[in-house]
Amino acid sequence: MTERVRVAVIGGGPAGLTAAAALAPSVAGDVLVLEREVETGGIPRHSDHPGYGLRDLRRFMSGPEYARRLTGSAREAGARLETEAMVTGWAGPRTLEVTSPRGRRLVEADAVVLATGARERPRPARLIAGDRPDGVYTTGQLQNLVHLHHREVGRRAVIVGAELVSWSAVLTLHEAGCRTVLMTSEYDKPEAYTAFRVPGRLAFGVLVRARTRVVAIHGKGRVTSVEIENLDTGQRHRVPCDTVITTGDWIPDHELARAAGLDLDEGTRGPRVDTSLATSVPGVFAAGNLLHPVDTADVAALDGRHVAAAVLGHLAGEPAPGGGVPLVAEAPLRWVAPQLVRPGGPPPSRGKLLLWSDAFRTLPRVTATQDGRVLGRARLPWPAAPGRVFRVPYSLVAGADPAGGPVRLTLA
Amino acid sequence: MTSYDVAVIGGGIVGSAIARLLGGADLSVALLEARGDVGDGTSKANTAILHTGFDAKPGTLESRLVARGYHLLGEYAAATGIPVERTGALLVAWSQEQLDALPGLRDKAARNGYTACEIVDAAEVRRRVPALGPGALGGLTVPGESVICTWTTNLALATDAVNRGVRLLRGHRVTAVHQGADATRLTTTAGEVTARWVVNAAGLGADRLDALFGHDRFTVTPRRGELLVFDKLARPLAPCIVLPVPSSAGKGVLVSPTIYGNVMVGPTAEDLSDRTATGTSEAGLAFLWEKAAALMPALTEEEVTATYAGLRASAGRDDYLIDLDAGQRYLLVGGIRSTGLTAGMAIAEHVAGLLGEHLDLAQRAGLPAPPRMPNLGEAFTRPYQDAAAIAADPEYGRVVCFCERVTRGELRDALASPVPPADLEGLRRRTRVMNGRCQGFYCGARVREIFEGENE
Repeated sequence: MTERVRVAVIGGGPAGLTAAAALAPSVAGDVLVLEREVETGGIPRHSDHPGYGLRDLRRFMSGPEYARRLTGSAREAGARLETEAMVTGWAGPRTLEVTSPRGRRLVEADAVVLATGARERPRPARLIAGDRPDGVYTTGQLQNLVHLHHREVGRRAVIVGAELVSWSAVLTLHEAGCRTVLMTSEYDKPEAYTAFRVPGRLAFGVLVRARTRVVAIHGKGRVTSVEIENLDTGQRHRVPCDTVITTGDWIPDHELARAAGLDLDEGTRGPRVDTSLATSVPGVFAAGNLLHPVDTADVAALDGRHVAAAVLGHLAGEPAPGGGVPLVAEAPLRWVAPQLVRPGGPPPSRGKLLLWSDAFRTLPRVTATQDGRVLGRARLPWPAAPGRVFRVPYSLVAGADPAGGPVRLTLA
Repeated sequence: MTSYDVAVIGGGIVGSAIARLLGGADLSVALLEARGDVGDGTSKANTAILHTGFDAKPGTLESRLVARGYHLLGEYAAATGIPVERTGALLVAWSQEQLDALPGLRDKAARNGYTACEIVDAAEVRRRVPALGPGALGGLTVPGESVICTWTTNLALATDAVNRGVRLLRGHRVTAVHQGADATRLTTTAGEVTARWVVNAAGLGADRLDALFGHDRFTVTPRRGELLVFDKLARPLAPCIVLPVPSSAGKGVLVSPTIYGNVMVGPTAEDLSDRTATGTSEAGLAFLWEKAAALMPALTEEEVTATYAGLRASAGRDDYLIDLDAGQRYLLVGGIRSTGLTAGMAIAEHVAGLLGEHLDLAQRAGLPAPPRMPNLGEAFTRPYQDAAAIAADPEYGRVVCFCERVTRGELRDALASPVPPADLEGLRRRTRVMNGRCQGFYCGARVREIFEGENE
């Protein structure tokens, strides 16, 4: 069976729902959101604490409330939301294979928006050795266990990573009656904002150890301890605990992007997109944390709003723009998104380039050069720090010569 | 206390195959497993290759039983739906010494009755496996080597045994043996079991059980093998099994597609003394990572989905140790290493041959048909892809585990099967649930709920 729709949005999280809400009123025909979970809303649904909706809705609300709000908006705009519907592959450039309890079918769309999000690398991907006991979770799984399934966790947790999401794990553990006895970070200092770290430490008594890695997990049946190593001295010791949370270390859910043969970016591992969020395949667009693993939910949502213009252009028969100048992030910058500046293209969402840094800079200076010529330079008042997105004004690269070579972004 | 004609100790592939075969005769048979589930020891964590037996030591019992088992299990797989992918293997020579060894290996294969091997040059090696790292000098093809699902094999045999009336006693670890004139009384962690005959197929524990029967003939050394499993997106890199050329330095590390659509690199080989040391080691993982980078550099750009360590029973000898003691009414099946997956059904046949002199093993009429096992193989249709199955039962369209695309219907079926899982690990082995790249990020909590809900 084949169903025809105007736009298929894959993923009913903040980016997908917002894209659908933006598109549905302007599109003649179906805007179908395919969500594989039982409910739409994405990851915020699992995060039962405030902090959502600031940039897109100008409100401050809990994750579940935010998820409900975005779902309502998409529905009211006229988008069709289908849950428990998983896209498992492609039967053509814009034809999706979909499995749901309602059957197995093909969905053929004039435009596809990939909004499949990102997830945390679990323990095996981090090559942490040792036993395989119960009690080792990613933040996502922890939140799912505690907030949606109301499960017990242990009493003493060690958190691997000290990103923003790591503190979210502390909150969740606290709520579940589990004390965080240690957070480890391989970086020179803990990644998350001082604004979180200091109250976090005071409120929850969390010890954060930088330049530390977890080398092994011990325990039969249930975790009994982790072995940590001081990266400077090589000294090791065991920390007794019954729960280990691996946090951060994001990877986009890029299976469908890869299966479609989209050009991928080596840094983000998501699709390479231009500032309009068009991928390398005409009619296929991408938005949200699939492109920048991982920014906050509201920034993902704003991508969804931003991508609508390019989708409408494609539906109106505008040809896909060609050419363009690639953006290259130089170490210690790990990646930049979007990666392509096209002549005549729009500025990116919010007029910002998103970057990821592997080093701290308190007053970072970013320089954009093209063919040895400085295009732009800025000293930014906000820090560059590992574990969270570093935002840079697009104006730095806006003057790139469309016929020139790659634009290199450096951090000093 | 029930008394049985035969008690088979060990619910791995070998013990399950033996119990299944004996269960077809007019005998009462018990299958005792120390752990909570069948196939939870050596059988669950091997390289899952259906071996032709090309590289066995000619003239050994192992060589004969592997060659025979290859056909028996191949046919049984077709009858039961155990997934098998006939990928073939390629032994790759990376040094002159290894290149020089290829003709000898081809001749050895022929002496094992396997004549399909061909020596190929470096260009052909590259054509067959383009992603191979630089430096391959040549290779030997083994077209018959295949990948198989070791979990389903074990479950099919155990299910078949249960369907034939074998009493499966899980959580029965044998702690003492009392031999009487007509029967042997086994003390287990879950009560006593009496049987006229006892078959010891206890794998890693076979030597200790053998000692309880008063023997001192071999020692099992647990040999740890660690494995890296790469994401399914890497699968095109490994179109066939890439084997090392065995050398003085040991059997070496292979790169193999898995039946679930992943790529596996391993195993390491490390003799230990602790029979419970199934954890991975830093050194092992680092070694495998280096090997992966050398053998197939593109692998290091892919994600690692899982890391495993398994223990195989190394008996310090070159052959299986299968011995019947008529006076004790006791039969030892020891020293079965990783080839036991392939050889299991042939071992059972061999065991039946030995026991047949003392017991009537004529197969009963009207035996139940072999079970039809759910397909876990990536190369074959799975429920989420099956429009007809979903139309008939919407639960096959309800995907619970997104990475492995396991549906609610499959979880339900596994929980209601004749050998239901004892825990989440058992559910993983029956369905692939939570075995994917996210390792439970999305579905872990839901799966736990389904598992516990069904058990209430």
